[in-house]
Parts: sequence; C-alpha cells; structure tokens
Amino acid sequence: MFRQASRLLAQTLRAGLRPFSSDLPAAPTSDSAFIESWKKVIPNIEPPKTPSNFLRPRPATPTSIPSKITVNFVLPYASELSAKEVDMVIIPATTGQMGVLPGHVPTIAELKPGVLSVHEGNDVTKYFLSSGFAFIHANSVADIIAVEAVRIDHIDPSLVQKGLAEFTQKLSSATTELEKAEAQIGVELHSALNSALSG
Amino acid sequence: MAMAALRREGRRLAPLISPQSITAVRSSVISQEQAPLGLRSISTQIVRNRMKSVKNIQKITKAMKMVAASKLRAIQVRAENSRGLWQPFTALLGDSPSVDVKKNVIVTISSDKGLCGGINSTSVKTSKALKKLTAGPEKETKYVVLGEKAKAQLIRDSKKDIELSITELQKNPLNYTQVSVLADDILKNVEYDALRIVFNKFQSVVSFLPTVATVLSPEAVEKEAESGGKLGELDSYEIEGGETKSEVLQNLGEFQFSCVLFNAVLENACSEQGARMSAMDSSSRNAGDMLDRLTLTYNRTRQASITTELIEIISGASALEG
Repeated sequence: MFRQASRLLAQTLRAGLRPFSSDLPAAPTSDSAFIESWKKVIPNIEPPKTPSNFLRPRPATPTSIPSKITVNFVLPYASELSAKEVDMVIIPATTGQMGVLPGHVPTIAELKPGVLSVHEGNDVTKYFLSSGFAFIHANSVADIIAVEAVRIDHIDPSLVQKGLAEFTQKLSSATTELEKAEAQIGVELHSALNSALSG
Repeated sequence: MAMAALRREGRRLAPLISPQSITAVRSSVISQEQAPLGLRSISTQIVRNRMKSVKNIQKITKAMKMVAASKLRAIQVRAENSRGLWQPFTALLGDSPSVDVKKNVIVTISSDKGLCGGINSTSVKTSKALKKLTAGPEKETKYVVLGEKAKAQLIRDSKKDIELSITELQKNPLNYTQVSVLADDILKNVEYDALRIVFNKFQSVVSFLPTVATVLSPEAVEKEAESGGKLGELDSYEIEGGETKSEVLQNLGEFQFSCVLFNAVLENACSEQGARMSAMDSSSRNAGDMLDRLTLTYNRTRQASITTELIEIISGASALEG
C-alpha cells in the first residue's frame, strides 16, 4: 500500500503539479453582477470563471509622472518583455514612429510593420514587428501586442533583398486582386524590413 | 486421523461413483458443493481469458496515460507563454460578462477525441446555462462549436441554434495563424453583439476551471463606454492610426477576439490532455484492482478443482480397499 502511495506521489510530482506563477490572481476580483444573475437563473451549477479572476493587477495611476515606463511586450507564443521598466520606447504606429515617454497621454495605437526600439539607459534593443496594437495607459504602462517579432540582429539581409525582389516581381506580374493584394503586402513588409536594417 | 476422515468421506461417496455416470456426477457433485459460490471448475478458462483481456486493457490505458503526459508537457509550455496575450485587452477594455446585448454568440471549445473525463460535458453545461442566462425577449443566442464532442452533445437539442461548427482543430499543431484564420471565418459569417468563449482553463494537472471570456463588438463597446464603468475611460484614450476611430476599434475588436481565442484553444487542449491523463490513470488503477480480484478467484478455483480431484481419487481408492 505504501509502495502504491509513493508511486502515486512520484507520478503527481513528475506531472508538474504546481500552480502556475504566470497566472496567480493576486487580487482576484470577479464581476459580482454576473455571479448574482447566474445564481438566480442557474442555482445548481457553479458560475464559470472570467478573465478578471486571472488578471494580473495593474499599478494605479500615480499623481506625479513616474521616472520610468513599464513595458509589457507580448507575442502569441511568448511574453518578450513583462513589466520591464525602461526609459523610452519608440513604436511603429501607422501614423509614423511614435516615441513614448513616462507620462504619455493614454493612447490606443495601431501598428504597422516596423521597428520597435526599447531604450533603457544606454542600451537600445530593436525588434522588428509584423503588426499589432499598442496601448499606453494613464499609469505609464505600455502594452505592445504583436503577431510576430524578431530581433533586428537575427534578420539576414540577403534574404530580405531576395524577398523584396521576388515580391516586386510578383506585384508586376499579378493578375487577380487577391494576388495583387498578397504581393503588395509582401513588398510593404520587405521594404519595411530593408529600411529597418539600414536605418 | 486424517486417513480415517477421508475413508469415511470415501464410503459416503462410494455408492454415487460408477464408471458411466462419473462425468455427470462429478459436475453435479461439484456444483452441489460449490453452488452458493457459482460455477468455477469449468470456468478457470473463462477466468483466465478475462484476466488476459483486463491485463491488455491495463497496458493500453497506461500507454495512453504516458502519451497524454508527454503531449501535455509540450502544450503546457505554449499555453503558459500565451497567457500574456489576453491580459492587455482585459486591462484596457475590462471584462463585462454581464453585458446586456441583443445578439449573443457562444463559442464552445471542446476536444475531438474522447476518453478525457468530464471536461467536454462541463463546457456544454456551461454553454447551455449561458444561453439560458442571456435569453430574453428580442434577444437571440447562437452557438459556434469547435470540436466534435460538444457538437455531438449540442446537436441533440439545439440543432437550429448552431451557426458554425469546426472540427479537426488539432490535426496540425496549434498555431496563431490557424486560429486567426478561424477567428476571421467566425467574424465574417456570424452576426454578433457579444461573443462569449467557453473553455476549460488549465490550472493544474488535476484542476480545470470552466471559464467564459467575453469579447464585444465595436458598437457594443461604444454603448458600454457611454454607460460608464471600465469602458467609460475608453474615451480618454487617444486613437492613433487608421482613418476613423471606429475603424481602429473594429480592428482592435477583431484582434482581441483572435488573441483570446488562441489562448482559449491552447488552454482547452492542455485541459484535455490533463483530463485524459487522470482518466487513464484511474482506469489502469481500476484494471489493476480487477486483475487482483480475478487472480484470487482464479487461484481459489484452481485449488478447489485440485481438491475435488484429490477427493475423488482418494475416495475411489478407499472404496476399492474397503
């Protein structure tokens, strides 16, 4: 019996039975109105959880402008930067490169393919983003959500040139609207990559 | 003393033993002796067959558990990494599951394969409860179903309410491109004011929480912003990019949906593997217990048949002597 118990214990430990630190509800708030209305209509089943139960708490809006801006840079398959304190970020909004300093007005910005540079002291890290959104909140927290991002030093310039030539050629020889649109996207992306590498 | 007892036994049984009726007598004697416990001598073969099949089942379920554990390890990492994706959206737009809109669409996420415990049933129960919650005059609620298991359960009573059903999601490893194409499909074909995504959030290998994430359409966001609350602060945000504010908000809504759906699909896949692991684990444990019981029965049967053979031989011998 003890052998079985120790085997079970080893199994559960091996399976990684630990609560996720990436998901701790430090201040679990829930929508009480939702729970109330649920309990009235469906008293037998437990109400389901909502994202607000799992939301990581955000700092409150400070009265004075803070010295650093907190950046959360997330991608679908990884969180590149999570609550990192930096001096400035420059984001490639569709209206042009936008510099964000602590105390920036709250903004929702749509991003185009371009370079995101994170300035901290004297280090500058540059990422090439495919596209996405950036939210800047009143409490000097910037959320940047991109679909794909690569560090500039990981990009191969020769492949960029090749891709640009290929897509320009496809654009000129495109017949249907769909092909034209696809080729156009390819050209825009590769020229952005090109300017990112050179600039 | 033992020999005397056996001799007495032999004399008792002696008149019953005759060459022609020996097989019939044997089975009748044995069934008389062991009738209260059921047929056993001819059933050593049956018990042995059962033991073989139960042992095979145990091996199969143990293998399935190992497979599920390895798949879980792989997908757990990706789900954990994708958790940061929906946080900014909820931080900006808040979470309003109790929003009151006309057109609700419930996106239920489930698995394609079975043998994964009760997670699909809980998802379907939650979806049906949500439908009841959001029902009302002039309101309509539709389903979009991802996965075979939920489709099978929902099609039974809500066939006309299912707008779209998608299966074979996990044929290729899950990635964002696939999910965003799916999200695009749903957004194009379904009219909605609020999308409610029902899935099982993976908390640990033994705990899966049914969760509902709400995504509002741009018009609903405008309406909620006017009424105040978390979304009321939305007006204080400057909008950069795009021609009009509504265009940016629409893009934002679509992006939010694809991000939240991606995270939801990954979490559900994790929960599926975890539930399958524990289901197969309990199944192999049950098979082990059954095997123990069958082994005891088998041994008892074997020993009983040996004992009866001995008794017959000895009684036969003593009948010849005496």
